[in-house]
Amino acid sequence: MAPHAPGPPSTVPLVPPVHARKLTKVPYVELADGRVQGVVSSGSAGERVYVSSVSAGSHALSCATNNNRPCGGLGGAPCKHIRALLDEARRHYGAERVAAYLRLDPDQAPEAALSALSGPVEPGPTGVVFTRFLRYLSYLELPGTTAPLPEMHWFPAGRAL
Amino acid sequence: MLPARLTELLDSAPPGVEEALELTDGLDAVLADGLARPGAQGTAALEDLAAATGSTPLAASVRAAVDAVGSGRPTGPAPAALAGARTALAGAVHDALLEQADTALGRPRDDLPESAASPAGGAGGADPALEGARSWLAELAVAGWRGIDRDLAAGADAALAPLLEDPSRRRLAVLIDGLGAELRAHCPLSGEADPPARRWSDLWARAVLLAQDASPAGPGAPAEEVSGRLLPLGADVHEHPTAFQVQVHAVLEPSGGDPARLVRAAASAPKVDVLTRESLWGLLAGHSVLLGALAGHHALEVAGMPLLHGGDLLWDDERARPGEPADRFAAARLHLEDALAPAVPPLERHPARIAEPVLLEGYAAKKKRSPAPGLDLDLDGTRLPVSLHRLPESSSLDLKAAAASGACIGLMRWDAGTGWSVQPLGVAAKKAPASQTHTADWAMGPTDPKYASALKKTDPLGTLRERAGRLLRK
Ligand SMILES: [Zn+2]
Repeated sequence: MAPHAPGPPSTVPLVPPVHARKLTKVPYVELADGRVQGVVSSGSAGERVYVSSVSAGSHALSCATNNNRPCGGLGGAPCKHIRALLDEARRHYGAERVAAYLRLDPDQAPEAALSALSGPVEPGPTGVVFTRFLRYLSYLELPGTTAPLPEMHWFPAGRAL
Repeated sequence: MLPARLTELLDSAPPGVEEALELTDGLDAVLADGLARPGAQGTAALEDLAAATGSTPLAASVRAAVDAVGSGRPTGPAPAALAGARTALAGAVHDALLEQADTALGRPRDDLPESAASPAGGAGGADPALEGARSWLAELAVAGWRGIDRDLAAGADAALAPLLEDPSRRRLAVLIDGLGAELRAHCPLSGEADPPARRWSDLWARAVLLAQDASPAGPGAPAEEVSGRLLPLGADVHEHPTAFQVQVHAVLEPSGGDPARLVRAAASAPKVDVLTRESLWGLLAGHSVLLGALAGHHALEVAGMPLLHGGDLLWDDERARPGEPADRFAAARLHLEDALAPAVPPLERHPARIAEPVLLEGYAAKKKRSPAPGLDLDLDGTRLPVSLHRLPESSSLDLKAAAASGACIGLMRWDAGTGWSVQPLGVAAKKAPASQTHTADWAMGPTDPKYASALKKTDPLGTLRERAGRLLRK
């Protein structure tokens, strides 16, 4: 057994904060399942959205409509949807966190490494990501409550100092 | 609070606290490595736990759990028994600390009526919605914080699914979602990293108890309905990636002329991670009477508002209307000495839940650099640390405002390791006492023009709601 340390004060939340951003172009972005992935609005057709992703390590790229039609703009370099996804991921999490998650070259500045990113094209987890987007949105449809939630005392709202 | 009393509070931990924390740390070390492999040291720690609870109603179940872990069968009822033992220890620490704080504050406290002292069980029978939560929590304990991989961390989502829809299970849902987000962000832990053992064990033990069939769903029956004038003191703001809660601390002047009482009123809403800072308060727009009083600094007249044992109003905008303008510091000066504090229901007894309203004046705010950057309120030479990690970003109450303050309405907080501190809810500037900054100043929209215009431009809540409307209700 390792020597025991109780750790930081028990009421300090440990999820790094994310930043507010404009959501019209990229309503959803996440670092999950070893990918930067999310949903990108189509530039042209109003209803259509693209599901785009970049894998950590291999930097494999994927982009398709939510009906699984591959994106025509994706070659050896990121298409405009993946560009938009990475730009918003940078705003959401900060470039450092995104670059570290993707395991980009640590000797390069995170912003530069993200701009230079390229990788092989592979089929992506389109259905899974789109379902996760719907699940994310469903939180906003759940009713609030005025019954006390004492458990939230472990999650004080704070600010970066 | 008188400086002499504060000195006494800060100088001495009540007897028994250190011993209880040692036992808790022993169990937490086992939970860090996993119930599947307690090792010699862990086995000794569990034996100590069984001995310490040997003369309590938990004795038999803790003994059985310790034996089960020792013989390599750490599932079944074992996690719940260990969570119960840990909760009992936390309860004892809570009681000692709260009594110490009440003495220092000269605060009278209500007794819990006999009927509420032993919590009524759930509606009876097994609730299948709790099954998934229990088995995920048991898997966490068996694996230990050091043994949790990405898939196990992600298991929170499946455990949550049946709970999210049911508002009466919201407490367990927000807890599992909050713990799950932290495990996803940190697990698997890198080789040499220590887990935040005390925090995760706190959250785990509480979730295990809330996931028992005997745990009451929902807030329970209101003790009574109250009417009178409600004077808000301040707002305690809570947030994690998928939840936002505001808990208003207030003084109720009952209309019958009974003595004033300390009460709380909460409002909460589910959210998503990107809704933060200036876009948070919009989530509670449905409670405009309550939020209006916070932003506008006025009192509220309540009529027939349900009040739970434990001091929580079940807020209903329909049973309240705006009252006269009310200065928070004036209300605190008038009432905080004598108002009757609520009893604490049995399962709420935990040090992290201690949040006692306090008025502090005549101090010098002093910044410090070591051991970490911080701020102390110096009252006649006694230094009370300010909980800087509790200054919400969704307000203008930042370090600068706290450091320039000469009076503060706050909550007394306690954490193992750091001891007592004060969480500011509102401050008055030292040089211009009429200039006040409170955590809920943005309740009806940001008062800082920079954030007000950012909100107008991006409207993240509106954008996502519009998407949700189109995609989820097809
Ligand atoms: Zn594309």
